Amino acid sequence: MVTGEQLPQLTAKDFKGKVDPDWCPGCGDFGVLTGLQRAVAELGLQPHELMTISGIGCSSNFPGFFNSFGMHTLHGRSLPHATGAKLANHEMTVVVTGGDGDGYGIGGNHFTHTSRRNLDILYIVMDNQIYGLTTGQLSPTSELGMKTKTSPHGSIELPVNPIASAITAGATWVARGYTGNIKQLISLIKAGIQHKGFALLDVFSPCVTFNKVNTYQFFRPKVQPLEDTDHDSSDWKAGIEKAMIWGEVIHTGLFFQTDARPTLGEQEPVLDEGGPLGFRELGLSKEETERIVSRMM
Amino acid sequence: MTGFDFVLSIGGAAGQGIATPGNILARMCARRGIHMYAYNAYQSIIRGGHSFLTVRMSDVERRTHGNEIDLLLCLNQDTMDRHLEHLGAGTSVIFNSDTITAGDAAEGVQLCPMEVGELAGKGANKLMQNTVALAVASQLMGVEFEALEDVLRFQFSGKSAEIADENVRVAQAAYDHSATEFEPAAQQMPAPSQPLAVWRGNDAFAMAAAGAGVKFYCAYPMSPSTGILHWMAANARELGIMVRQVEDEISVICMTIGAAHAGCRAMCATSGGGFALMTEAVGAAAMMEIPIVIVNVQRAGPSTGVPTKTEQGDLWQVLGASQGDFPKLIHAPTSPLDGFQTIPLVFNLAEKYQLPAMILSDLLISDETATVAPALLDMHPDIDRAGLIMEAGDEAGSYERYKFTESGISPRALPGIPGYEHVVATDEHMPDGVLISDEFTHPHKRRAMMEKRQRKMDGLLAELPPPRIVGDPDAEVTLVGWGSTEGVIQEGIEQLAEQGITANHLHFTWIVPFHADEANALLESCKHTIIIENNYTGLFHRYLRSETGFTVDGHIRKYDGEPFKPKHIVACVQEQLAGADEVSVPYEEIIV
Repeated sequence: MVTGEQLPQLTAKDFKGKVDPDWCPGCGDFGVLTGLQRAVAELGLQPHELMTISGIGCSSNFPGFFNSFGMHTLHGRSLPHATGAKLANHEMTVVVTGGDGDGYGIGGNHFTHTSRRNLDILYIVMDNQIYGLTTGQLSPTSELGMKTKTSPHGSIELPVNPIASAITAGATWVARGYTGNIKQLISLIKAGIQHKGFALLDVFSPCVTFNKVNTYQFFRPKVQPLEDTDHDSSDWKAGIEKAMIWGEVIHTGLFFQTDARPTLGEQEPVLDEGGPLGFRELGLSKEETERIVSRMM
Repeated sequence: MTGFDFVLSIGGAAGQGIATPGNILARMCARRGIHMYAYNAYQSIIRGGHSFLTVRMSDVERRTHGNEIDLLLCLNQDTMDRHLEHLGAGTSVIFNSDTITAGDAAEGVQLCPMEVGELAGKGANKLMQNTVALAVASQLMGVEFEALEDVLRFQFSGKSAEIADENVRVAQAAYDHSATEFEPAAQQMPAPSQPLAVWRGNDAFAMAAAGAGVKFYCAYPMSPSTGILHWMAANARELGIMVRQVEDEISVICMTIGAAHAGCRAMCATSGGGFALMTEAVGAAAMMEIPIVIVNVQRAGPSTGVPTKTEQGDLWQVLGASQGDFPKLIHAPTSPLDGFQTIPLVFNLAEKYQLPAMILSDLLISDETATVAPALLDMHPDIDRAGLIMEAGDEAGSYERYKFTESGISPRALPGIPGYEHVVATDEHMPDGVLISDEFTHPHKRRAMMEKRQRKMDGLLAELPPPRIVGDPDAEVTLVGWGSTEGVIQEGIEQLAEQGITANHLHFTWIVPFHADEANALLESCKHTIIIENNYTGLFHRYLRSETGFTVDGHIRKYDGEPFKPKHIVACVQEQLAGADEVSVPYEEIIV
């Protein structure tokens, strides 16, 4: 698929999509967009080598703002679409982009199962702890007591813990970013793309319009990068322990990573040789069909 | 009736191993070149209940399990109690007299008690009664012992030599006993001819997809569609097909779409309940213009319904699946062979017109076991990817995924090709893929894109064969059907002819898009029209009327879970022609 000639080293602006984002001014998602554009440029990737796949929601408009192949699918269904696409073309880099409602609420089932399959993709969740596109309702990551249009007296349901959930579900690379720390975010995105296996990057991406609690002012004094601590990211128990901390300190960075498990694609002999499945010759050989028919006799 | 046409039924509880003698019998017929069609009535239970396998053997191909039973094999008392009363003169009943007591048989019914304990010896496996019954049945039908031994040894080839030897020894004893004690059946199995193959409907559909180049298959187990997944899983690695069992049917269809988008011919299958979960994504495939093939193997609904029984109840579910108004293809094959032969065309059309194609099967044809001539098993159909862009060309850099064209078909490029970067979206979009749903919805652009997509339906319809009437064009009655009822309607017509009633047959398999004008012209030319459906409200008739404005004269409907028999068609047509109510519902006499 890649032409023989040397492809040029691209910059972040080469990954700018056909239209500018329609996010609210100040939205955290701008940081993730810039972060991914810079990360893939620094990794030397070309737009045709990349697929961004999303569900539905503010942050799921991401593929339209990014220059690569993209799929803007159904609410909550980015991961299964991405699974099919990645297995059909395992040579492409697949980055799934979406929000907390899309990924941990309506798509929660797929989140669990994609984690345990160890599909080789990076999943970036722009987590703003609110439903933005529907103008401000509870999300699965909204904090206890959070007042929204659908919880005027405060939320009484414990929020999902995406980091701990991903570790227990079998994800092999689990991290948290913050759009207020773009340098760390870019480095996490690069590492997540380079990781062989399912990488979850939950990103605090504040909604400046509908979430008046979990703002930049809220996060700024609390976030503490794990790289500034003695955290051992190969220790899943330590990763879960750090993920459970939510108060005066909230950790960002890499919680857990293991290279011990093969990816889904690596375990499928069908992908061993012959290039991407989607580009292969179709039809069966005479020997194959004769064998099938002989078993029916 | 001339020629060999013999119906054998085996009844017992689930777990008594009914499948084994069924498989042995199927293979015995196939190797002999005798046509075989088997229908299994069973329940959603692993142990217990009442399973009743009916195997019809004939010297010409038959597509139903027939009207009456010639030979009954009882594996338990329950089977004797349920079915003996339906047997008439000239039939035989084989049973283990150690455990089963015969009831009151009609005159001319031959009772064949077998002392299985005596024949098999003390401590023999309980399943040995199946071997005994099979040996007696073979002897009564005139099958040489060598032919029985041959298939017995094949069946037990995975077990130890002692098990095979023991079964052959017991079979020989039972066979010899039968030869001296019982009268042979009136119809004797013809001499061997060209061997046939054996398949199940779901195998046929899986094989068709494999031949058509499917590279990605995904499913969640759901009766009665799971056979397709089993075939795919068993053959995946050998044929280079990615097969996945995943968390739910939503994931199933979304993975199928993702894989299709990245270039695989991709298929999934389920039954009505799973299809309900897939619904939203059917429209996603249509909107993103990604070709996928979905098989819905209908079972009796609503809801969990009767998981092991057949019905044509999902037509409107499939017609109406997903919000919005969009192009799609719906096909209802008539048989395993029909599906085997049409599914490759469905793949080609789905790929050319870039839309979701839905195949409406049902338990009756997906679950059936039947013989098929190996010469018909051509697994090298025409594969036409319809100009799919798989490498960079002149349009690199200026490619538009949803380009406006006269046919409505926009050239489709696979992800991965430099210069063809684009986003496919479930939001409404412009030719270059940019959304018009968020910031600048625009009625003219929306209209143009709706029309582009819908124009594809004109080309698609022109490629589908128009309906036709089979049989005497001047027949006094026309039987109308769709999908899986073709075989029973055909046989019903043959039996009506024996009663002096001429009937012809108008059968529909291409449902959407629909040849409404041709259908209407044909229906207008008929003298008396009766539509036959396996559902309660006449779902296809309502669709036919909506497309053509034509109202048929009468209806025959069955919705008790069991399939039509030819005699049901005959009786109901006679009833209708005699001026009965507009709707006839045949009585099902076999309680299973």
